[in-house]
Formats: sequence, C-alpha cells, structure tokens
Amino acid sequence: MNRLVATLLILVLGSFASLVLATEDKFHFESPEKTALFIELTKELRCPKCQNQNIADSDAMIAVDLKRKVYELLQKDYDKDQVIDFMKQRYGDFVYYQPPVNPMTIWLWLLPVLFILVALAGIVMTRKRQPSEINDEQLAKAQAILERDE
Amino acid sequence: MKKIAVYLIPLGLFFGLIIFLYQGLFSNPREHQSSLLEQPMPEFVLPDLMNIEQTYTQDVFLGKVTLLNVWGVWCITCAIELPYLKQLQDEGKHIVGLYFDQDMDPDFGIKTVARVQQEVTDKLNQLGNPYAYNIFDVKRDLSMDLGVTGAPETYLIDQQGKIRLHHIGDMNPRVWNNKFAPIYDALVAQ
Repeated sequence: MNRLVATLLILVLGSFASLVLATEDKFHFESPEKTALFIELTKELRCPKCQNQNIADSDAMIAVDLKRKVYELLQKDYDKDQVIDFMKQRYGDFVYYQPPVNPMTIWLWLLPVLFILVALAGIVMTRKRQPSEINDEQLAKAQAILERDE
Repeated sequence: MKKIAVYLIPLGLFFGLIIFLYQGLFSNPREHQSSLLEQPMPEFVLPDLMNIEQTYTQDVFLGKVTLLNVWGVWCITCAIELPYLKQLQDEGKHIVGLYFDQDMDPDFGIKTVARVQQEVTDKLNQLGNPYAYNIFDVKRDLSMDLGVTGAPETYLIDQQGKIRLHHIGDMNPRVWNNKFAPIYDALVAQ
C-alpha cells in the first residue's frame, strides 16, 4: 500500500516537473516575472480547436502556434491585457476563459442572485402566513383537550 | 385556482429547462461568431505556393468575389471537400487556396518547399484542382490573423477585400446553399 502511494506520488510529481521543464526548454524568458506571466496566460487562454483545453494543455497545432505567439508578444513587452486583446481580436471572446460582462452574459451573475432573492422571499412569505392560520378559538379548544386529559 | 397556478410554476420551469437543453443537443459548439466579419483582410505579404518568387498582398482580393479556402494535403476533410470545390470552380467561382503545412515548423521538423510542392501537385492531380492559385502561409501568421482554428475553413471575401463569411469545417452542397449562396449571389449581382 505504502509503495503504491509512493509510486503514485512520484508519477504525479514527475509529470509536474516535466511540465515545468518543457516550458523552460522551449521558451526562454530573461525574467522570472515573464515566465510566470507566460504560464498564467497559457493557462487562461482557450484552445480554439479542442475547446475544453487551455493552450498550455493542448497539443493541437493551433495551440502550439498560439503559445509561440504569446511568447513572441511577451518578448515584445506586451502586458497581459494586450496579449488577451490580441487573441480576442482574432478568435473572439471565446478564446479567453473569463467571459466579458455584457447585456447577454450579465445573467450568469444575476441569475443566481435573483434565485436566492426569490427563494428568500418565498420562505418569508410562507412563514408569515402560518401563524395566522391558528386563531384564539383553536388555541382554546386545544387547551380544553389538554386539561381534559389531565 | 390560485393553488393550481402555484403548482404550474415548477412545471413551466421544467419545460423551459427541457426546451433549453433540447436545443443544446443540436447546437454546434464550434460555431461561433467570427470577430473578423465585415473587416478588411489582414495585411500580409506571402509567396505563391508553386512559385515562391511571386508574392501576394491583401490587395490581390480587390475587384472580385473570392472564396478563400484554408487547406493542406495532411488534412483529411480537405481531401473530401476538394471535388465539391472543383465543382464550384467549374460553375465559375473564383477560389484561392491558403495553404499551410504543419511540417514547416521548427517544432515539427523542417520540410523542404520542393517536397511540399510535390505533395500538393500529387494531391491536386488526383482529386482535381479548384484553386486559381495557392497562397503559401509559411509560418501560419495569416492563418492566425484570420482566426483559423484548423483546416478546412472557408472565407468569402467581397470586391472591397472585406471578409463576409467565415465557415469552419468542410464545404458541401448544404453549407453552400444555406450559408454561402445567398450572400455570394447578392455580392456578384452588385
């Protein structure tokens, strides 16, 4: 059992290490900040071909091209937003995992809040209604029954 | 009466959800609005595939309606659409190829231009040549500027050199009749 865990751990750590090495192998940056930004960007940009992967994960040709383009742009001292804008101009909002807020996508944020508000209102309303259903007459009756049992 | 209305709310929500999800079954996730529509062709200077000495720029599209077809011999779907493109060309459409090769790339190993030309000639001899000429996107820069996700893709470019349509996937009679023909015919009639 312990050996199994150890083997798994080595495999997992090993794959991480090779990932980092692969990045550093192919794309050399003069500063660690740029390397970090490169890794961040390739994780947040979406591969237009294999849509459930970011370009860091994907091996599609387009993802390789996009990675190289990100590298080139960073070498030209583009900042993060400029790189994202460059990609959006070509591949649309779709290429970036964070959707922009516009009249259509605002519902992604509004709907959950609206749902909570409506549910709260529903709970409050049903709570309010309940006490009024028991009146003094019923209470007196109940009291009478209790006393009789004693 | 009021009670019935209350009970109908979840039923209504349920049907709303069903309709929404049902539509999802038939929607194509690859289909999304190209951000380049109504934009002029990106600037480029690229060689002719068969005659590397000759170069083209974005001005080559001015004055006629062009179908720009992104393809490569390594792309299987492209081979399937070639005969139909040939048919479109026989009907008088002006089709230009945008050729790129995955092997012309330091990441994939270098291939000589002569070999690429040979492969293309073989393929076109075998399946028919619909292209007036092929632009060779050596480093795939133009493909990137055009938002190409992979081959095959087809663009409709008008007489002013503006992109009017971007189709991802193969060209076939259904796509032509539903998507391209109305816009193409209107442009040609101008």
